[in-house]
Amino acid sequence: MSSCDTKRPSRVIDRNALDDLLGTLRSRGYTVIGPRICDQAIVYDEIQTTDDLPVGWTDEQDAGSYRLKKRGDDALFGYVLGPHSWKKYLFPSAQRLWQVTRDGEDISLSPEGGEEVNRAFIAVRACELHAMAIQAKVFIGSEFVDPTYHVRSKNAFTLAVNCGQAGKTCFCASMNTGPRVDGGFDLALTEVLDGARHEFLVEVGSEIGAEVLGTVDSREARLEDQHTVDDIVANTVAQMGRSVDTADIGDLLKRNHANAKWDEIAERCLSCANCTMVCPTCFCSTVEDVTDLSGNHAERWRRWDSCFTMDFSYIAGGQVRSSTKSRYRQWMTHKLGTWHDQFGASGCVGCGRCITWCPVAIDITEEVAAIRRTEVEDATEPLKRGA
Amino acid sequence: MSITELAKEPMVLTDPMLPTWFRVQSVRRETHDTFTLELAGPNDGGEFSFAPGQFNMLYAFGVGEVPISISGNPVTTDPLVHTIRAVGAVTRAMQKLKRGDLIGVRGPFGSAWPVMDAVGRDVVIVTGGIGLAPLRPAFYHILAHRNDYNRVVLLYGARTRDDILYRDELKQWRGELDLEVEVTVDSSVGRWRGNVGVVTKLIPRAGFDPENTTALICGPEVMMRFTIQDLLNRGVEKKNVYVSMERNMKCAVGFCGHCQFGSKFICRDGPVFRFSDIEDIFGIREL
Repeated sequence: MSSCDTKRPSRVIDRNALDDLLGTLRSRGYTVIGPRICDQAIVYDEIQTTDDLPVGWTDEQDAGSYRLKKRGDDALFGYVLGPHSWKKYLFPSAQRLWQVTRDGEDISLSPEGGEEVNRAFIAVRACELHAMAIQAKVFIGSEFVDPTYHVRSKNAFTLAVNCGQAGKTCFCASMNTGPRVDGGFDLALTEVLDGARHEFLVEVGSEIGAEVLGTVDSREARLEDQHTVDDIVANTVAQMGRSVDTADIGDLLKRNHANAKWDEIAERCLSCANCTMVCPTCFCSTVEDVTDLSGNHAERWRRWDSCFTMDFSYIAGGQVRSSTKSRYRQWMTHKLGTWHDQFGASGCVGCGRCITWCPVAIDITEEVAAIRRTEVEDATEPLKRGA
Repeated sequence: MSITELAKEPMVLTDPMLPTWFRVQSVRRETHDTFTLELAGPNDGGEFSFAPGQFNMLYAFGVGEVPISISGNPVTTDPLVHTIRAVGAVTRAMQKLKRGDLIGVRGPFGSAWPVMDAVGRDVVIVTGGIGLAPLRPAFYHILAHRNDYNRVVLLYGARTRDDILYRDELKQWRGELDLEVEVTVDSSVGRWRGNVGVVTKLIPRAGFDPENTTALICGPEVMMRFTIQDLLNRGVEKKNVYVSMERNMKCAVGFCGHCQFGSKFICRDGPVFRFSDIEDIFGIREL
């Protein structure tokens, strides 16, 4: 899909053409999913036209705080990110894996074939494209393949959007995942709102993207349009509210497992799992086995789980991670550190959701900095008797 | 690589979460809380090949699934054998299974004991409690290829006399002239005149050449920690010490995240680890 990745907008469309584009996607069999306002937050759900988008709304975010606000213009993508991420569709929060019926000596197992729903994801941000690629490595990037994830991902159409503004909890620039989309999309838009001018500069990322774009009215992009994208993205970078110093971060966290900072974080952390629910890369799940009243029909369901729950690490004899301290340490060390060892990249894309949606405003960027400040030289314990 | 690029890579789409149905051939009581299931495969032949140290996910109909190491003979894999301790809802349901009942099996998963790398060397097996079960296939392998190894030592610790697993086999192995098999119990009540004390007490007097020894350890983590220390004290190299780790598991294929152990997934990178690969994290509490 990156074959014709030009990194430059080649065409320009207006809002009517964008509506036509959504129509094209629907006529090609896609269920079109995009941002819309629900319960005072911008969430992902099915949309019909650009009227369903959060037109004229923006979000104000800070640690533990999220508010929608009127912008005073008609921007379609003038907000940052809501609590949802696209994993909602690719890795559903509850999913039946199989069901089985026994009848005397016979037993019949029915796998879930995987729904052949093609989804078009609208307004995917740069950090989210990275998050999707990171999570895909978990489910379809090793010798074991999750067939339902495979079905969901292989036919997805992604219409990306370059961020025209950054939130206070954003730190994608320091994680090298944004704010400019850099691949992994079919089409990418940059929204230009300048007085009466309201246009979308379009980059083509795939053949199917070019085909879809070809069905709507567009004009050729000019050199100044390309500069416009650069300016908008540069402005977003300048607004970026937070940053993480990623130098040596994996080893930093691993060798600081005994740092007293973890105890301080644990005093605030409610172990509520919000951060893992809103995180676009968190992939942990559990399974539930259920039967009907006859006891002859059983189902196995997979549900999102979180390393913050007490049950998560249970083995006969008790929990491996019974303290909140150990659970927060596990989450952050995995996300920023051991993820590199396992999947060749950070598990964090700098979207800031875990900061915004933490009920007690724990800030992962601040905690990394705190660990770095308080690093103790001899934090690693050699194996010793009675340790 | 983008998500759609990854998804377009050619891949075999067998669902690793789907169990295969095996039939219970026998349920044998081992101790008051452990039992052994012998299972026949769906094609009546079994033909379930595995490497010593690997595990299966066993599913009790409607109750749930648990990771259980394979404890049968890898040389003759029919039937598939699992020794299980009844400690939770799923394993208690399995304890109640009868001959002819069906059980779901996924596997085999995970890494194996280095029985090939140990060829030509002394092999020291140190186990505690039900930790003998995942090591029995390695011991079977060694017995079947006895001439490939030098001295073979099995040190086994149980809580009490009544907790000793595979008692008849231990007696038989102990009777072999080219095996050193020692059993100890933590506490002696009643008719026991054998060794008393933790299993590590047996290490100083066991006959093996530390520099030419491969050690295989399975038991509670605290037991493994002291065992490793005593083996290292005798001069066994870290890279020749192997341990089998246990963590919560829901999938066994790296999807569920439950078995994270530092940068390792116990299900895929383990359960058997070379100690030198995990020594930095092995002793960390609540990791």
